[in-house]
Amino acid sequence: MRTNYRGTARRDEFGSRIDRRHSRALAIGIPSLSILLTSLLPMLFVASAVPLIPPLGLMTLIGWRLIRPGIMPVWAGFPLGLWSDLFSGYPFGSAILLWSMAMLVIEALETRFPWLGFVQDWLTATLILSTYLLFAAVLSGAVVSVPLLQAILPQLLLSVLLFPIVSRMIARLDRLRLMRFRKF
Amino acid sequence: MAPPSKRRPGHSRRAQYGIFTGYVVAGIGALLGAVLLGLSLWRPASFNGPRTVAIDAVAPAGQVSATVRTSGQGLIDSVRGFYRAGSQNAQLKREMELARIRLAEAEAVAQENKRLKALFGLRDTNVEPVVVSRIVGSSASSTRRFAYLGAGSSRGVIAGMPVRGPRGVVGRVLEVGRNSSRLLLLTDSQSVLPVRRAQDDVVALAEGRGDGLLRIRLINLGINPLKVGDVFVTSGAGGYYRPGVAVAVVSELTNDGALARIISDPAATDFVSVDPIWQPDAITGAATPIAEQLSE
Repeated sequence: MRTNYRGTARRDEFGSRIDRRHSRALAIGIPSLSILLTSLLPMLFVASAVPLIPPLGLMTLIGWRLIRPGIMPVWAGFPLGLWSDLFSGYPFGSAILLWSMAMLVIEALETRFPWLGFVQDWLTATLILSTYLLFAAVLSGAVVSVPLLQAILPQLLLSVLLFPIVSRMIARLDRLRLMRFRKF
Repeated sequence: MAPPSKRRPGHSRRAQYGIFTGYVVAGIGALLGAVLLGLSLWRPASFNGPRTVAIDAVAPAGQVSATVRTSGQGLIDSVRGFYRAGSQNAQLKREMELARIRLAEAEAVAQENKRLKALFGLRDTNVEPVVVSRIVGSSASSTRRFAYLGAGSSRGVIAGMPVRGPRGVVGRVLEVGRNSSRLLLLTDSQSVLPVRRAQDDVVALAEGRGDGLLRIRLINLGINPLKVGDVFVTSGAGGYYRPGVAVAVVSELTNDGALARIISDPAATDFVSVDPIWQPDAITGAATPIAEQLSE
């Protein structure tokens, strides 16, 4: 979902070009902050008896990486995964490993399939989310059984269907990120 | 259209090295993650410190969201109740009459119980909960089933204590921070709870399956005596939970037992009480190696 930024010499989507600058703090802070917050969110929703809420932190990370290649460094999976591990309920190190792998896989996929398009982004996200949920379940220290793996399916379906919405939200955040402000 | 490759940024050595370093750091990060993961699978308590500090910091936000969640559920319930008021009223009246009869019977049983206990010289052990608190969060996106409680060591919570909702057992305290603690819910695949059938002494183990159901495994093999609708309560074996607290209802029979639905669903539970460990002596006894016991 890459936005076509229209604009004239005077104005574009991010405000007036004259005497206004992007804010450095917003441009750098918003992607990481949004991922830190969404890693925290699933904890607060509901105390359900089955895993149900999609891995929102990872989805936001993938979203930023696919919508704006270049602002998330390849190694971003390490610090962000470390934060997510504190709250997710998976054993410590699980997200560090799997998020780092996800970033490397996206990099490899982008080299192999360099075209742009939302359908391709969605397919990439589906691939990564399904592999992530499967490996995270196997490496979670739970007793792996058929019912346990079946219980992941609704969560996976929800994650895949939610990805376009998350992408839209990230596109909105991206506009905020590049908003221009008057220099004081 | 394919964009130009980011891997060849031009002739700038600096940019080329920057990209290369990025890949190296990412690889090291993944390796480090694998090591940490192995460590925490081997010794699950390895990273309790940073985790409890983090949860302590987030617990206040959890208190707020728990309040909102409960009032939201209340609103939905009252709207639903409004649409079904007539038929529900009639049904409730019938149930009320039955309940009155049962109540009278229960009073009689209680009387008899008191008399018999007096006869044997038993004291009524009324368990006072250590603390009553809200469930402030859960690992809702993980295959492991944990919940977070808004009370910790500052209010007397100790790892191992059983946690009870108004309807029945919720789980057990796993690790304790200052103002929050982590619970292992009954439905987690690592949770095993000794239970017995409410009306007789068919003993079994209730194991979590990780998909919201419990697997009831009978201890005495033979003909499966269970029926759909049987209620299981804690048996008190193991010394953590006191006997007689509701756990699960059988919903489906299997070869060696049954599948059961938990009675106290954590999603519907608002306040929970943390009880003291029922028989602390039994637990320290079980933890003491036999050699050490003999040498004393």
